[in-house]
Amino acid sequence: MEPFKNLTSKVVPLDIANIDTDQIIPKQFLKLLGKTGYGEYLFFNWRYDKQGIPLKDFVLNSPVFSGRQILLTRENFGIGSSREHAVWALKDYGFKVILGVSFADIFYSNCSKNGVLVIKMDKNTIEDFFSSKINENFEIDLIQQQIKINSKVFDFDIDPTLKNYLVNGLDEISKTLELGNHIKKYEDKNKVSVKSESMI
Amino acid sequence: MAQTLYDKIWDNHVVYSDEGSDLSLLYIDRHYVHEVTSPQAFDGLRINERNVRRPDLTFATVDHNVPTTNRSLPIVDQISSLQIKALENNCKEFGIRLFDIHDKYQGIVHVIGPELGLTLPGSTIVCGDSHTSTHGAFGSLAFGIGTSEVEHVLATQCLWMKKSKNFEIVLNGGLKQNQAISSKDVILNIIRKIGTSGGSGSVIEYKGNYISSLTMEKRMTICNMSIEAGARAGLVAPDDITFEYLRGRVYSPKNELFDQQMDDWKNLRSDNGAQYDKTFSIDIDNLAPQVTWGTNPAMTIDVDSAIPSPDEYSKGNDDEKKSAIKALEYMNLKPGLPITDISVDRVFIGSCTNARLEDLIEASNAVKGKKVSSNVKAMVVPGSQQVKIAAEKLGLDKIFINAGFEWREPGCSMCLGMNPDILQAGERCASTSNRNFEGRQGTGGRTHLVSPLMAAAAAIAGKFVDVREWV
Repeated sequence: MEPFKNLTSKVVPLDIANIDTDQIIPKQFLKLLGKTGYGEYLFFNWRYDKQGIPLKDFVLNSPVFSGRQILLTRENFGIGSSREHAVWALKDYGFKVILGVSFADIFYSNCSKNGVLVIKMDKNTIEDFFSSKINENFEIDLIQQQIKINSKVFDFDIDPTLKNYLVNGLDEISKTLELGNHIKKYEDKNKVSVKSESMI
Repeated sequence: MAQTLYDKIWDNHVVYSDEGSDLSLLYIDRHYVHEVTSPQAFDGLRINERNVRRPDLTFATVDHNVPTTNRSLPIVDQISSLQIKALENNCKEFGIRLFDIHDKYQGIVHVIGPELGLTLPGSTIVCGDSHTSTHGAFGSLAFGIGTSEVEHVLATQCLWMKKSKNFEIVLNGGLKQNQAISSKDVILNIIRKIGTSGGSGSVIEYKGNYISSLTMEKRMTICNMSIEAGARAGLVAPDDITFEYLRGRVYSPKNELFDQQMDDWKNLRSDNGAQYDKTFSIDIDNLAPQVTWGTNPAMTIDVDSAIPSPDEYSKGNDDEKKSAIKALEYMNLKPGLPITDISVDRVFIGSCTNARLEDLIEASNAVKGKKVSSNVKAMVVPGSQQVKIAAEKLGLDKIFINAGFEWREPGCSMCLGMNPDILQAGERCASTSNRNFEGRQGTGGRTHLVSPLMAAAAAIAGKFVDVREWV
């Protein structure tokens, strides 16, 4: 995983609450076998009309917001399906940070495994970002856990383990495999097996 | 200290805790795998030259994109076919038991796990699918995970987790309830009341005399949709109904071993005085049949009322008001329209929420001796081969076919429309599935979530009806 330490970008404001992962990446694009190439299908049904022509009103189609790497959203983002394809699509499109009030549990976890930083801020702060900070540079410093906008500083929380993974781009599976003795001990103690089950 | 059921299962599975972090490494007893969220995980193993740690605890099936038409024909969709083939190859390479498309135990992963006795009380269960919460009906801690976590579990049989909050939902009453009301109406009503983020960061334990009175299949419907309230998992303490369901299943422990385990399982309940972070109680006497009108499962209303206005729905929350306006536009519905004036084009009876034998029996009660409305195309997709066989033994297939329903092969089908079973743009569907998100059942399709009985009655009447007047 690529390390994430800091990023400076303006935001793409997606002013909708309760966005589900079916909207982030519709089901017809879940048939690919890899983790890349999903960016062009991000928010597909909101982004294109039936003929595949970009819809002018949708925020990702506005040239003003092109190239920005922070997605600003509202409450309850990423609900529904566990599809990690939603994160792969956001990442492939170029988003490195998702900023909002709250996130669905599985979506949050999926982001952390892909080096995408999710920042939760209170409702009033997010409202302030939407109403007056759309065209400001957001200087995000993960090590300090701060967002600097002009000279104003906003602090944010993150689990120290998740932060460590993101900052150092660590591979979680390698770390867990180092705990192989603990896993083996657990299995021996709890006799985890299927011996009790008659095979078909 | 008094513990909740969730606390107990959690403690029993902690392998290691990281100091200074909220995360614990949990052991996973069962890993269910399907074709759509696993290919990248197996690739990850190959790239890093890793193995599957416990193939004996890993079980796979094909459900998400399999066609529900005649299984002797080749799969027309080449890309779906590749995904199915990839799972076959991966299972072969890593030694995993696969219930393939021709297997007598094939079916929707959340239908076959319990049906085969793989899902057991007190165990931890994961699957790359959010509706894994279904298995919580057995008092197992079961939750959906992403593909990176699928890879992690394949490689280590463990998962790093932050402990969720304890959320108690007490379901009172319902014992003298109208027969037309099902556990689907109950869970839709709960989501309507607590919202799609009401359970966020929590594991919900369902308690109360209503849940204890339910069969396992009806409890599964409730736990299944816990995720639609944002919860990580749903839980019901196992009891005699649970044990009788499990006894004698294909993979259930046998004979004395079953009795021994049952003694342990009986301790799987929350202690008196256990503390919950959140409590909600609901009296379900006099509950009306529920129908969703919008584009998330909290947008639900009684069948004998009308479409709410955005103000009525949002109660002063601006974000919710905007969502409601957008939903009404997408659904092409106007506030004030009675639900029973809404006609439907399609009816789908299926999915991990409502495609078990009892669901099909319930639906058939509205269909027997009647004909599907000439304006409606209706289909029944049993949850598994075993459900299909059992239903056919009861003659349910004939009841549905004679009425004009299509009787299909098992799979997720039109719940998420990854296979050819999809809505056309503008079509309106009464569906027993779990999500009414925009485009979920087909781009531009409009979904109303209902119980199996409501869906069946809508197929006959061509519109929503108050099923309390039907039974």
